Amino acid sequence: MSAGRVLLWIILPYLALATFVVGHWWRYRSDRFGWGARSTQILERKILGWASPAFHFGILAAAGGHVIGLVIPASLTEALGISENGYHWFAAIAGALAGLVTVVGFLGLMYRRSTNARVRRTTTPADMITYFLLTFLVLQGTWIAFAENLLGSSPYHYRDSVGVWWRSLFALQPDVDAVTGAPFLYQLHAVCAWAFWAFFPFSRLVHLWSLPVPYIGRPHILYRRRFAAPRRRRTALAARRRTP
Amino acid sequence: MTIRAQVGMVMNLDKCIGCHTCSVTCKQVWTDRPGAEYMWFNDVETKPGVGYPKRWEDQEQWRGGWELDRKGRLRLKAGGKLRKLLSIFANPDLPTLDDYYEPWTYDFEQLVDAPRQRHDPVARARSRITGEQLDEISWGPNWEDNLAGSPERIHHDPLTVGIEDQVKAQYEQAFMMYLPRICEHCLNPSCVASCPSGAMYKREEDGIVLVDQQKCRSWRFCVSGCPYKKVYFNHRSGKAEKCTLCYPRIEQGQPTICSETCVGRIRYLGLVLYDVDRVEAAASVPDEHDLLEAQRSVFLDPSDPLVRAQALADGVPEDWIDAAIRSPVYLLAMKYRVALPLHPEYRTLPMVWYVPPLSPIASTLETDGYEADPDEVFSAVDDPDAMRVPVDYLANLLAAGDGEVIRGVLRRLAAMRHHMRKREVLGEHDDSRPRAVGMTSQEVEDLYRLLAIAKYEDRYVIPPAHTELAGQLMEQKGTCGLDFEDGPGNCGAIERDVSGPPGYESAVDAEAFMLPGEDRVDLDIVQMLGDRRREDAEGR
Ligand code: SF4
Ligand code: SF4
Repeated sequence: MSAGRVLLWIILPYLALATFVVGHWWRYRSDRFGWGARSTQILERKILGWASPAFHFGILAAAGGHVIGLVIPASLTEALGISENGYHWFAAIAGALAGLVTVVGFLGLMYRRSTNARVRRTTTPADMITYFLLTFLVLQGTWIAFAENLLGSSPYHYRDSVGVWWRSLFALQPDVDAVTGAPFLYQLHAVCAWAFWAFFPFSRLVHLWSLPVPYIGRPHILYRRRFAAPRRRRTALAARRRTP
Repeated sequence: MTIRAQVGMVMNLDKCIGCHTCSVTCKQVWTDRPGAEYMWFNDVETKPGVGYPKRWEDQEQWRGGWELDRKGRLRLKAGGKLRKLLSIFANPDLPTLDDYYEPWTYDFEQLVDAPRQRHDPVARARSRITGEQLDEISWGPNWEDNLAGSPERIHHDPLTVGIEDQVKAQYEQAFMMYLPRICEHCLNPSCVASCPSGAMYKREEDGIVLVDQQKCRSWRFCVSGCPYKKVYFNHRSGKAEKCTLCYPRIEQGQPTICSETCVGRIRYLGLVLYDVDRVEAAASVPDEHDLLEAQRSVFLDPSDPLVRAQALADGVPEDWIDAAIRSPVYLLAMKYRVALPLHPEYRTLPMVWYVPPLSPIASTLETDGYEADPDEVFSAVDDPDAMRVPVDYLANLLAAGDGEVIRGVLRRLAAMRHHMRKREVLGEHDDSRPRAVGMTSQEVEDLYRLLAIAKYEDRYVIPPAHTELAGQLMEQKGTCGLDFEDGPGNCGAIERDVSGPPGYESAVDAEAFMLPGEDRVDLDIVQMLGDRRREDAEGR
């Protein structure tokens, strides 16, 4: 195996994964204050009003598609009775749709960040790198979704190649041959993605992990004590006026 | 029932001179930082006017606070939790900077550094958001000071809806008043309820509502959820910020900065004991006009021995209960009943209350001018509706539109003025005026002392926080965790002496915890506990 192949398909992924894990740990410990979405809606809300939901819902759908495509082996879907053809068309249409929505939202957000002086001023170097990486990823991904999967005459079977390699990384037995045969665009997309995940913990993207789902089951009003709660006892008044 | 203490505030609008000292001192202490330039934890609005941010009182537009659903249950006006999560990527109700104003500074350096030239140098305005020069400044935090601005805009004030004919912009008929505003530190805070991260909370000890910035994730629903628009968003840090009621000062028994520096001496700070279990029911009464009485019914009389016993049992320290008895907030809201909550119809049960302003009888002044008899000019006892500030306007501000409440308060205030004028100027003693409003002469004179003389120690009755209670944290070590109300008890393992006053059960531990020779030290609890834990660990 050539050094280049080892570097690209073994060392890079593991390095990225390690950075991803350690980076999160470090960031959460050292920069709890900076952990958030750093919204700029208060500075500009017209474009954000449609662009941000489009981008977020689009990219969440795309991420879900990636999970399905990479994690679930083709043999499993077939065992479940989903034909390769059926799966392909579902993935192609849903993927293209998600890609389109993401691109539209992303362009809106890019436009707003570069033209609105207020928003531009809040942009940090980390934001620039995030936008840079996202631009590549989103464009490649959407191109693949459209040109290859949806409209391509013979779409590439990434589930039997890139997917196999991806899963093999987590089994700690990297199957490099599975990926080296993939078309250039797929390979580029994979390499960019690892760079993206490596940078993820150092960007504002960490707000993804703070999606406040527990809010649903929480009481409305929260109280906190500065000091430990006293031992509660019932007195005559409380006994008389039991409150509903 | 569970009794808790709350630090509340009352502002006597009759005496606010609109000087903005409160706003400036607050800003210098709290919001003179990058990203906070546009924030005014304390601001003073001239009413009628659209306010800051613009039209904040129009909840059909901003959808802050609570409402009752069809079944009469309390819910956030902006919608349920699921709805919030779905709109998390773009909050539909968030004001933008333009609804507040674009903060600016001036190129002051230019005045000093300009080269020798024919014309005087000019310091141009520069945005503190973009850093760019501003050719025109078109809005500010106090743009409508003293009714400045166009006459048409008066009717953009949401409070004038329905009473447009009473709110006139012509000089001869115009009226105005000042409304200083801070966070209300509500009993039923919709900001807390709106925060998906759970970063906002109300303190059990003193009711102060705070943001935990370590947990704030920039979802900004608190900003839109507060009907008073008193949570702000720092666009640099991406975190919510709000009035803290100067808790570091309050904990030391000192008044807030805005109160301390208030030129008109209009502000009062004191404790109110309330039953936290009844808050939700009080906020849910169907008729908006009943909200005032509902909120009053949540407050408890600290002089009642039964209340005292339960408060002690619930951990309210003894000296706090004593302070609650002398609390000017309790006196003005409950005993004299001259203070009213701001916009009770938002159902947050706000805890900054206001004494509405008296104003002259317009028609008497107009006909007689300087010759007018002072007794006639302020004779609101008989006819509050003849006063210059329309009763309906005050009712929209302080009583959910119930004019009768305002009339009652104005009558009491006017009776006080009459009584004292009779006594001080004419040397007459006459009980008739107080009696007409259901008060005794003594009560009226006490009220006068509180409102007009307004001694520092009468205005601010703030017991210092009990930092020694931190000892209870240590005390809990090694207990079995079954030690709660109606719980099975402490497993019989540890018997503690409960003969002393409750709430001080840990007095012995606490003393050991304090530094010797100092009775009021500012303990850094977190650090001390950390040290203690480390010592324990090392010792083991
Ligand atoms: S006034 Fe203060 S406590 Fe009440 S909802 Fe607004 S921010 Fe929260
Ligand atoms: S300092 Fe006092 S008198 Fe002056 S504006 Fe503020 S509240 Fe009113």
